[in-house]
Amino acid sequence: MTHTVVIVDDHAMFRTGVRAELGDSVKVLAEAADVDEAVQAVVSLQPQVVLLDVHLPGGGGQEVMRRVAGRAPSTRFLALSVSDAAEDVIGTIRAGARGYVTKTITGPELVSAIDRVADGDAVFSPRLAGFVLDAFAGSIAVAQVDEDLDRLTEREREVMRLIARGYAYKEVAAELFISVKTVETHVSSVLRKLQLSSRHELTRWASDRRLL
Amino acid sequence: MNTTVGSYGPTYRPRRATRSSEHRLLGGVAGGLAEHLGVPVLAVRLAFVVATALSGLGVVMYAALWMVLPSAAHLQRSAPGLEAASRTGMRPRRGRRISEMGPLVALGAVAVGLAVLAQSLIGGSGLFWPVLLFVAGLAVLWRQADEAQRERWLDSNGRINLVRAVVGRGTPASYARLCAGLALLVVALVLFAVLTGAAGVAGDVLIAGGLGVVGLALTIGPWLFRLVGDLAEERAARVRTQERADMAAHLHDSVLQTLALIQKHADDGKTVARLARAQERDLRGWLYDERPAADTSTAAALRAAAAEVEDAHGLPVEVVTVGDVPFAQSLQPVVLAAREAMVNAAKHSGAPKVDVYAEMAEDKVEVFVRDRGAGFDLDVVPGDRLGVRNSIVERMRRHGGTARVRTAPGQGTEVAVSMEIGKDDATR
Repeated sequence: MTHTVVIVDDHAMFRTGVRAELGDSVKVLAEAADVDEAVQAVVSLQPQVVLLDVHLPGGGGQEVMRRVAGRAPSTRFLALSVSDAAEDVIGTIRAGARGYVTKTITGPELVSAIDRVADGDAVFSPRLAGFVLDAFAGSIAVAQVDEDLDRLTEREREVMRLIARGYAYKEVAAELFISVKTVETHVSSVLRKLQLSSRHELTRWASDRRLL
Repeated sequence: MNTTVGSYGPTYRPRRATRSSEHRLLGGVAGGLAEHLGVPVLAVRLAFVVATALSGLGVVMYAALWMVLPSAAHLQRSAPGLEAASRTGMRPRRGRRISEMGPLVALGAVAVGLAVLAQSLIGGSGLFWPVLLFVAGLAVLWRQADEAQRERWLDSNGRINLVRAVVGRGTPASYARLCAGLALLVVALVLFAVLTGAAGVAGDVLIAGGLGVVGLALTIGPWLFRLVGDLAEERAARVRTQERADMAAHLHDSVLQTLALIQKHADDGKTVARLARAQERDLRGWLYDERPAADTSTAAALRAAAAEVEDAHGLPVEVVTVGDVPFAQSLQPVVLAAREAMVNAAKHSGAPKVDVYAEMAEDKVEVFVRDRGAGFDLDVVPGDRLGVRNSIVERMRRHGGTARVRTAPGQGTEVAVSMEIGKDDATR
């Protein structure tokens, strides 16, 4: 089944390029160049997946998700960006995106990422996994942290490390002797923690990071 | 990297107290102070409240610090690409949510309660309510001075004039704050005049005059103070702008060169990809990176090694790092071994890209270099391919680290390098 997609990016050339790369593997319903257009397109067309640029005129990708909230219940967002700034990436995930990939991703990889997001799973690139590990690392004195959301389980950490090392979900599963489904479960649970955790290190970490 | 963009030299920076822009209920004084002193924010806030309840000193201290401490938001600089994106509204604004106002209301209620309690215990003078209203009015006005300053800073074509100095971009909220603050001040003064009306008309005139001057000074004080600060900032900004302009010119130049080269090699896909990749790395590093130079950070040293391999072999090398440690002589073998692993992957694996993942903690550095290429049989490595055995495994063993190679024909290769670091090594 081909999934329905809306492409949101302020560079027309990039939208065209993505459209060409996706070809017939997905159905592109519309393109949008800024926050207002994106919100209108998503709400009226109810696509399954929105490819969302992180930097966007009108407040960025986060603003799109904030304004769409609740009005397109079955739509899922996949962030796509050239910005590797950790703050932006984590911010976008916390605003509700189901995954993050960089714009240098190849066509087939992008299609499989779209399929995965449309099926309700999360898409973690090595870079995002690295950010997550960084964000949840550090001051974890086990005695203090009793909130479940504030730390990753040992298994989740292992999965994240393997993804950061460049392993595909299938390879992670083989490495840890678990099923791909279980890997997906772990990844989704990491995503949930990332979105729900109120741990203030998470929001402050990006700015602290450069102090080293 | 063929260009050295931005200077991240280890310059000495004095530790400077600022008003926090993140832990802010009123002016961010408590948050900034807590950060500076390394104590919990709540403790500082309670100290202010208690000091206020006891003698009113807390309010005075708070106000004084509010006036003189610069705002942290004002001093924060990020990478040029991010700053530009913020200014042009391509990134979300850091707004304040209603839910964050909860603590402010609670703390305010406690403060007022304590003040009232103190008043009823000591036996109230008629001055209590005017003073309270006056302080509240000032707080609101000073908040507006902060907001105006912040908006000035966000605005890129920043010319300072009087209106902008007072209302910033002139949002409804800023006018509301101005009016509310002034109204509170007027009510306070009127109340004061009414309550002390018996003291005689001549005294009233004197007091009113004095109050007017004091009120005015207190009201515009912060603005003036900050305008002076902004002027100094502007001077610094001008210098920075010139640096940036030079940098931009340099970058545009290198992009032009790359484009010319790409045209020349248009029929050679591999070269074009390599040129594009190198240029991308360069631009990305300049626009979005805020990371230190290779000689101070191990992560940066690894990235530099990866960049060299990319340039030499035309194969993308994705580097992901978690944590970072200062780059020391003792870590050189790790970087070299990892580099050798990348070169091997680029030369022999035939994989379309190489993934490098490094995890760095205080006591240990681990690097994984992985490709999804041909792989090989470790036991039958030909004698001329000494790379793995000598450069990686032996090198690590000599320097007290370990290296592990996992591979099989058709399975790709992963080289894991790790090294424990002692405390004295890392700081050397």
